Amino acid sequence: MSVEHHSHGNGHGHSQEGHGHHELSFWRKYVFSVDHKVIGIQYGVTALVFLFFGFTLMMLMRWQLAYPGQPLPVIGKLLGETAMPGGVMAPEFYNQLGAMHGTIMVFLGVVPLAVGGFGNFVVPLQIGAPDMAFPRLNMASYWVFLPGCILMILSFLAPGGAAQSGWTSYPPLSDIAPTGQTLWLLSMVLIITSSLLGSINFIVTIVQLRAKGLSYWRLPFFVHAQLVTAFLLLLAFPPLEAASLLQLMDRVAGTSFFLPSGLVISGEQLKVAGGGNPLLWQHLFWFLAHPEVYVLILPAMGIVAEVIANNTRKPIWGYRLLVYSVVFLGFMSFVVWAHHMFMTGMGTTMSTFFQTTTMIISIPSVVILTCFIMSLYGGNIRFTAPMLFATAFLPMFAIGGLTGLPLGLTASDIYLHDTFYVIGHFHYVVAPGTLFALFAGVYYWYPKATGKRMNEALGKVHFWLSFVCMQFIFMPMFFQGMAGLSRRLYDPTVYAHGRGVQALNVVISLGAWGLGLSQIPFIVNFFMSLKSGVRVAENPWNATTLEWAAPSPPGHGNFLTEPVVYREPYEYSVPGKATDYSPQFQAEG
Amino acid sequence: MDEKIYGWWLPPDVSVHGAKIDQLMSVLHWFMALLFVGWGIFFVYCLIKFRARPGHAALYAPVKAVATKYIEGFVVVIEVFLLFGLSTPVWLAYKNDVPDQAKAVHVRVVGEQFAWNFHYPGKDGKFGKADASLISGDNPLGVDPEDPPGKDDIVTVNQFHVPVGKPVVVEVSSKDVIHSFNIPVLRVKQDTIPGQQIPIWFQATKPGHFELACAQLCGLGHYRMRADVLIDTPEDFAKWQAENAPPPPEAPAAAAPEEKK
Repeated sequence: MSVEHHSHGNGHGHSQEGHGHHELSFWRKYVFSVDHKVIGIQYGVTALVFLFFGFTLMMLMRWQLAYPGQPLPVIGKLLGETAMPGGVMAPEFYNQLGAMHGTIMVFLGVVPLAVGGFGNFVVPLQIGAPDMAFPRLNMASYWVFLPGCILMILSFLAPGGAAQSGWTSYPPLSDIAPTGQTLWLLSMVLIITSSLLGSINFIVTIVQLRAKGLSYWRLPFFVHAQLVTAFLLLLAFPPLEAASLLQLMDRVAGTSFFLPSGLVISGEQLKVAGGGNPLLWQHLFWFLAHPEVYVLILPAMGIVAEVIANNTRKPIWGYRLLVYSVVFLGFMSFVVWAHHMFMTGMGTTMSTFFQTTTMIISIPSVVILTCFIMSLYGGNIRFTAPMLFATAFLPMFAIGGLTGLPLGLTASDIYLHDTFYVIGHFHYVVAPGTLFALFAGVYYWYPKATGKRMNEALGKVHFWLSFVCMQFIFMPMFFQGMAGLSRRLYDPTVYAHGRGVQALNVVISLGAWGLGLSQIPFIVNFFMSLKSGVRVAENPWNATTLEWAAPSPPGHGNFLTEPVVYREPYEYSVPGKATDYSPQFQAEG
Repeated sequence: MDEKIYGWWLPPDVSVHGAKIDQLMSVLHWFMALLFVGWGIFFVYCLIKFRARPGHAALYAPVKAVATKYIEGFVVVIEVFLLFGLSTPVWLAYKNDVPDQAKAVHVRVVGEQFAWNFHYPGKDGKFGKADASLISGDNPLGVDPEDPPGKDDIVTVNQFHVPVGKPVVVEVSSKDVIHSFNIPVLRVKQDTIPGQQIPIWFQATKPGHFELACAQLCGLGHYRMRADVLIDTPEDFAKWQAENAPPPPEAPAAAAPEEKK
């Protein structure tokens, strides 16, 4: 059921809209492009820059945590007297770094890379389409996203600094916070809008533009994962966009959506209408933010499936089970949100309901992980750089997922809520989990996007250094949490139970700085390979999915001849064949 | 205050309901470790046995894994047990087992940026009225000095005295933003939401000097929103109440009850 389209040759320059231009200007080709590959790279590169920036904010915070009250040499002076008086971090600045680290990593880093970057670049290629269903909407999506990002970063310059009420922005604190919070809200409105434009595009593209022979049950798992992700974004983001507008109004228009009556701030009664409820924000926020964490993991699971199938040289185990699980996971993700709110005074009926749904949602996650581990059995495993990252994802996601159990059960959550245990839990899933899968994706699809291989040796160094550092950073956090250490503390040594685990803070900080340095081989590799990497043809990994039929890099319109699909997505090591891979796009023989 | 009790795992539990929470934690972590080690062994086995090497090929046909069905079933059964056998009963007891209000010590806790205010009702057992307009440096909760029940109230800042062995009912609230009333050794935590008074209760089992740590980001002073928790013997608690009771009124003609303990 594909839309009729013309075959576009490599370099023929027929634009999708049939303008008849044979050469696009530099601006239309590389900046305001409607080509999904250009947009994918724009998103991808922007996101990688913000990932490093967001991580740098954390590396700063880790100095204060390891050595509370100590001046930071050199950098301390550069950041100015407001943020770092005498080179010592101010508590307000610590809180800004914390709120912005979370916000930037989630909304400006991981999701734009996973969905905007990989989704945009790979999905049309994997389904045999010449582009997304709505190329101009795609361009609009990026150009609404980027101003949102710039506004978010500029908020550091606002009087009083950037947002400093956590990435969760709970009122009343966020309602009374300095100007940076207003800029955060405006920025989120732009970023959310961009996401909504993109998600509609993904859904229509996957439903309408699949190549001939590409039924739903022949789609690569990556595409299924992106389809579910698109639905999560489309349905979950609007409440947060609405809530952001409500909070904006509380801040600038005198409303009291989230402000109860009778507030006294620093001895002065707050002159507002009152009658609002701070918990309303929490419900609206978490209604998005829980599905959001599945947005963070699903594309990663998709990438892991692709890389594991390719590097085990056999079909993924339990493909249909994986698809059913990921769809069920998507549905369930909408009915667990209040497990973030167990300590707000919630009644027993609601909390029992959300505890139960939270336990239920762990099942599809366990099934997906099991299918991936079973996929290794009977394989012929090549440990390429992408495979190292994709393989490591499995135990890392296991640790992250398992440590969610004590948090999802209310009785143990009494103790663990808002401690470092939570930080360890979600970072295991997102950092050596999703981020590793995203690195796997970069190493895997870089040749398709650029026509060059990345250097394998540097890739392996990048992997091992990052893997080791990740353990030193996040494993100690579970112990800090079990000791009762609260999160978001500028100086944990104020508390005896904080002093008891302070030694671990030094270990974690050294790990974090080590992780920062470990990215150097990756950055060097990324740019060096562009210039002098080994050139590759269409299918350097001997893979089976449709993107490997297109040239590396694909031209406008992607495929030289219209692709037709003849078989399932992971037909590796089929008995009786001459090679150990039977691509989807190759006719019998 | 004994620093040595704080290490890298749960601090001592000095509450009546804490043992069940600690037991759940223990069962959970053994279960998690079992799953991780089990999966991990199989994972490493596969990586070694099925690595690519000359003459080795992959198996196209999917391996029939009966074992995984049993393992999934086992995981589901354990999760149901954890949920309905362990967590839910503990949670329901924590929330619903209201102590006998007559026997309990009542305290109102009001968090603010960046201190904890504790309001005790005094000998008459009644809380005096409070009004936001009366808040001042000396009177952080705005207790009305004209209101008779409030004349014997005790208000402390960052000092939380409770008697050992008696139920304590705490109503938590906040003046400004969301804080969180959190005492690790008592295994209690409750967000303090401005505009709401939320009750929680506990009973301490051992006297000692411990800490309360705000557990919800509340501004630049969140890190220093610490209160001393003094779990007193009944004698020490009575002594403290007597020492901190407001002085009796001056006028000799007034039939004011003697503030005697």
